[in-house]
Amino acid sequence: MDRLIIKGGRVIDPANGVDSTGDVVIEAGAFASVGGSADVGKGDRVFDASGCIVCPGLIDPHVHAREPGGEEAETIATCAAAAVEGGFTSVCCMPNTEPALDHAASVKFVYRQSKEARRARVFPVGAVTKGREGSELAEVGLMSEAGAVGFSDDGTVVASAGVMVKALKYLAMVDRALMQHCQEPTLTSNSVMNSGPMAVRLGLMGWPAVAEEVIIERDIRLNRRIGCSYHVQHVSCAGSVELVRAARADGQPVTAEASPHHLLLTEDMCDGYNTMAKVNPPLRRQADVDAIRAGVADGTITILATDHAPHAKELKALEFDAAPFGMVGLETALGLYVKALVEPGLIDWPKLIEMMTINPARLCRLEGLPHQLGTLTVGRQADVTVIDPAESWQIDESVFAGKSSNTPFMGWDVTGRAVGTFVGGRTKLDRHGRGGE
Amino acid sequence: MNRTSPSSQGSSSSAAAGPGRGMGSVPAWRHRDLLSLADLSAADMNRIFDLAKHYLPLVTSRGERSSHLAGCSVVSLFFEDSTRTRLSFARAAQLLSADVFELTGKGSSTSKGETIFDTAMNVEAMGIDALVVRHNMSGATKLIADHVSCSVVNAGDGRHEHPTQGLLDIFTIRQHFGPDLAGKHIVIVGDIVNSRVARSNIYGLTTLGANVTVVGPPTLVPADLECLGVTVSHDLDSIVSEVDAIMMLRVQFERLAGQAFPSAPEYRRRFALTRERAHRMPDHAVVMHPGPMNRGLEIDSEVASHTRSVILRQVTHGVAIRMAVLRLLVQANERGMA
Repeated sequence: MDRLIIKGGRVIDPANGVDSTGDVVIEAGAFASVGGSADVGKGDRVFDASGCIVCPGLIDPHVHAREPGGEEAETIATCAAAAVEGGFTSVCCMPNTEPALDHAASVKFVYRQSKEARRARVFPVGAVTKGREGSELAEVGLMSEAGAVGFSDDGTVVASAGVMVKALKYLAMVDRALMQHCQEPTLTSNSVMNSGPMAVRLGLMGWPAVAEEVIIERDIRLNRRIGCSYHVQHVSCAGSVELVRAARADGQPVTAEASPHHLLLTEDMCDGYNTMAKVNPPLRRQADVDAIRAGVADGTITILATDHAPHAKELKALEFDAAPFGMVGLETALGLYVKALVEPGLIDWPKLIEMMTINPARLCRLEGLPHQLGTLTVGRQADVTVIDPAESWQIDESVFAGKSSNTPFMGWDVTGRAVGTFVGGRTKLDRHGRGGE
Repeated sequence: MNRTSPSSQGSSSSAAAGPGRGMGSVPAWRHRDLLSLADLSAADMNRIFDLAKHYLPLVTSRGERSSHLAGCSVVSLFFEDSTRTRLSFARAAQLLSADVFELTGKGSSTSKGETIFDTAMNVEAMGIDALVVRHNMSGATKLIADHVSCSVVNAGDGRHEHPTQGLLDIFTIRQHFGPDLAGKHIVIVGDIVNSRVARSNIYGLTTLGANVTVVGPPTLVPADLECLGVTVSHDLDSIVSEVDAIMMLRVQFERLAGQAFPSAPEYRRRFALTRERAHRMPDHAVVMHPGPMNRGLEIDSEVASHTRSVILRQVTHGVAIRMAVLRLLVQANERGMA
């Protein structure tokens, strides 16, 4: 029997309340035992996890794989490779491709490409509306049956309250989350960065925080009697954190995600027309960064998501107004979350892992059948990430396995890195040759 | 803001080099480009003003020229329509005996999907000393300056800056009141948030110690503007009697996104420099406008033509200012001082 023993690590499995030193044994692609000391038999492969954290494979519920239509920036295969490099075993790709992922055939296409890539698992998030145009509901029921793990028109908002109510009702019936890109469009036409002093200095059109807040507030009210899982994507400002906090305190089924850049950077990063810092929603001010971090610390924000948004170099080299929004995130996320949240003592490692495994798994309905991801439960398929919490490294061009390297974090020193990534028991990353091949 | 000479070229800290030709013992000019007045110190600006004053007689002399840029080539690369600014730069280059060429965005490679920096690099490869660039996007001239090693003059980038306009406005104020602008009250009226002219004036005037008040409807003069070191007001009537110079900006209907104020008559009611308001200005105060004017909208015709109006002097000064700027930038770049 083919066995892999991930040996001597600090095993953290938040869903099962595990945090102890021990071994994780994988047989035939599934967890055979978790914790305790395993005897190494003849023919067993051993991955030395001493000094490392061993946890369920990391899950990113918000990436842009760009396929189909944007293959010069990323493909499902290169996105899956970038994921493995960053310690992610599953990622959920947004439907703002060309054409949009708005019907069952395109959902199946993502699964097929993901399977062929044989790296991390890539799950499709379907479009809420046909063509992401905001007017007609897409076939969300058929897409759910085909395997869509959630729904979003990400990149744009579901602006119409009437369409939103229909979508919430339908998604409540098929038990999928509605992931909203919260941006009131009439307050943000031609906007390219935060509305504030830096936009005034640079002469760029501002995107005010209130444009995010009014959508969240509206949606929470619309959903009050419907009870769909409502998820706020990439929270960018203090007011949004407050709204989500109040809704959760009121028992509403509302969740929210935070991205590395909104946890670490402010609008000042756009100075000099730095297009690497152009992202939607935009980088805001220090008070917003502090509020988002506080929202993570007090459990208002329960999910971390990169909003990995690869773009070709040529496009990011254009005028600030003309350059596309977004930055890559998969390969750099872990070290940046550590810097933003763990190093300042806002959360500990088990909480960080919970926010990167079981919480996104629940959001995207990956915990139960047929996927059963996000935990180290015996018998389930073995997606595991091994993290060296002490590895210090620098973010530079060489770290990117994906096709694009558009990041404002180039040159940053971070601590904490995935050193082993296992998908279905198979070794996808063994950074320092710790064994397991 | 610290974006001095964002070039790939050498050091920008060689301030102690020798005197400029025929200019006595003054510190060497350090800037290769003029992209923003936020980049210039008071000493830098005074240097430009002194040289502009020196060149001013040539502008009206009908025939005389300086040979300071003889043999140099200046290209105006305009990706956005312009009439007077382009003409003013061309006249300035001509008066310095430079060769002047013009390339417009329309009808050129830019409409075929070439990037603006490729266009600029191609022009530079033909042996050019200075590019005068206008573009409808903020930061576009910096993008070009990052890719070329000749001098780049920003002739207006989107909503960001129009530094030679700011310099010529301030030069006009100095010519009227003398070189010390400390404590002078300069009021700028109109669409401030979308105005590159306003931004350049604000940076330049505040650096020189003037008090700047910006006035206009809250949709066009948001409180955020106070971060630029100005006072924000929406009440022109309460201010008009306390101005030293009032700068009326053109209502730029083409640049306004959506409806920024209810109507032209309502705008006039609160924010136009009418004859009545002009009468309430102190006797010494001057009226300015960067042009082109909408007579009868932001400014009454008779105010524009009144003796206290310095609007046409601004235009004349513009040529002298652009001569000074072109000469300082090109010579510094040639000597490797930028």
